[in-house]
Amino acid sequence: MTTATISTQKPGGGLKRLVERYPFLPALLIALVLLALNGLYQPRSISFIGITGLVKTYLALMMLAIAQTYVVYAGDIDLSVGAIVSLVNVVIVVLMEKMGGSGFSVVAALGVGLLTGLACGIVNGIVVAALRLQAIVATFATSIFFTGLALYVMPVAGTPAPAAFWRTYGGRFFEIPFVFYAAILLAIVLYVLARTRLATQLLAVGDDAQAAFQSGLPVTRIRIQGYALCGLFAALAAFCITGDTASGDPLVGGKMTLFSVAAVVLGGSALSGGFGTVVGSIIGALIIGLINSLVFFVGTPSEWQNLVQGLAILIALMAGVLVGRRARA
Amino acid sequence: MTATTQTQGRAPSPMLTFLKQPLVVALILIVALLLLGETLSPGFASAQQILRLLIVAALLGIVAAGQNLVILGGREGIDLSVGGVISLSAIIAGNVMNGADSAIVPAVLACMAAGAFIGLINGMGVTLLRIPPLVMTLGMLGVLQGLLVVVRNGIPSGFAAPGLSRFVTQPFLLGLPGIIWLWVAIGLLMAFMLTRTVYGHRIYAIGSNEQAAYMAGVPVRAMRISLFMLSGVFAAITGICLLGYSGSSFANVGEQYMLASIIAVVFGGTPLSGGKGGYTGTMAGALLLVILQGILTTVHIDESGRQMVFGATLLLLMLFYGRGRAMRG
Repeated sequence: MTTATISTQKPGGGLKRLVERYPFLPALLIALVLLALNGLYQPRSISFIGITGLVKTYLALMMLAIAQTYVVYAGDIDLSVGAIVSLVNVVIVVLMEKMGGSGFSVVAALGVGLLTGLACGIVNGIVVAALRLQAIVATFATSIFFTGLALYVMPVAGTPAPAAFWRTYGGRFFEIPFVFYAAILLAIVLYVLARTRLATQLLAVGDDAQAAFQSGLPVTRIRIQGYALCGLFAALAAFCITGDTASGDPLVGGKMTLFSVAAVVLGGSALSGGFGTVVGSIIGALIIGLINSLVFFVGTPSEWQNLVQGLAILIALMAGVLVGRRARA
Repeated sequence: MTATTQTQGRAPSPMLTFLKQPLVVALILIVALLLLGETLSPGFASAQQILRLLIVAALLGIVAAGQNLVILGGREGIDLSVGGVISLSAIIAGNVMNGADSAIVPAVLACMAAGAFIGLINGMGVTLLRIPPLVMTLGMLGVLQGLLVVVRNGIPSGFAAPGLSRFVTQPFLLGLPGIIWLWVAIGLLMAFMLTRTVYGHRIYAIGSNEQAAYMAGVPVRAMRISLFMLSGVFAAITGICLLGYSGSSFANVGEQYMLASIIAVVFGGTPLSGGKGGYTGTMAGALLLVILQGILTTVHIDESGRQMVFGATLLLLMLFYGRGRAMRG
């Protein structure tokens, strides 16, 4: 499927070539339509404050979708990302509380949080790439282990995060909400990452691991690095969710794992690896957020909301896969 | 032992080949775990306890039969929606029978029809729209979880008929309850189907080389759809039995079976890539998983320690089974 993109350039496919170049375009279109629909049913939702709220709530899922993308690049999958989010969440909240909640303690705790995410990612990488276990079941096993660690650090949910932390996350500087600074910083980091050799190597491994190996790439090390990067972004997702919920919860990330996979697929990346974009995954996460808010705004009775959301996401997933394939075929 | 395998031109010793069979590995591990459980808490391997473990293993083993078939069929076959089907089936069964023995047969038929229908949609998405199974069944899981919320708000969860509860928990023949005989029957049927029938051979054919199977005249699409339908039906049967086991259904009873069923299949020696393996191993895999959980619940450690040990043990056990091939130039 992916090899065909290089060889044949069929004439007359301007739009097709555009989608081929920017695989996230269909997702962007869906997101824009959803945004317009949101505005139609609730004009305030596309105001500055409405958008800020949306980004504030779904920045964590965006981060997690990015995390998942780097693993999917190489044709792997990580079902433990949600557990890593939970673990980092409780680790930083407990550390901040132990150290008194000052500005320094927040920075130190975030540093430890990043290291925790990195360590979890490396464990996953070793288990899947070096020990050669099957990614789906192996990362599920590590997710149980990480959840156990999170429960050890904080047995029951509820410890509050210090005000210095969540006031910053929800606050404004020079009239611009903090989350937008975070988004700009994220964009720069992603731009730089996309230029690194690692991103290309991950895609090469995902496209054809054997060929990558034979051309001299250290496949095992590259896959471990992909998982490590995934762990780091999962830690960032944990920071966002801690800023949003302002408390520690050893099970907070559990439900997010499958949504992160869905966001990656919605963004036009292939789960088989070798093809995808990080931007697409971010848009995928936004689509999930926009579907959830739209279902709420159109006045769906509360007990029907989950069903309508589920159906809408399923349809969007199908559309994403179909359009993506049409573009690549 | 290793010396014989390394000398060229000589077959590995028959003893080693025998010991490396997944089924034998699983059986040895089962005996070892039972001994370990008996040492840790005397009475663990008593007849009554083993009977209880067998019932729980049968619940897992039946849904794992469907999962096994989907995975055997290859092309990254996997069914993440089984947990949703189990929960839904438990609710349908509870409402249709509502404590009346006379309504067991219609309840069973209704549940199996629902399971088959969900499998049909999964199968059509995977074959006709060519959505990857992971994505399709993940989306379906979201839909089913939403549907469960709607159903549970509208109607009470209902009760198991006494006959059904007897079938699952009370001795029926030779001191064993009906559900164990049902599991044995399913095991025999699966073994017969996979080794002696055209249908069974075709499953392996599409699982190991879909293109070749298609060329040889195997109706690949119909085959794959039927596998997903069988998975739905088996999950529905587990849902019914689960209702009988617990008396009434509660929120998301099936959720825990989603990844457990996949792990049982892997522990049984069927790799997620499909095309080889069988159900006898999966039965042992289900038993292994249930005994492991049983040991962890009898040992007095808190929840966090239990999860960590469980996760780590799963990883350790996976090392006993077929790992991916190492890269060679």
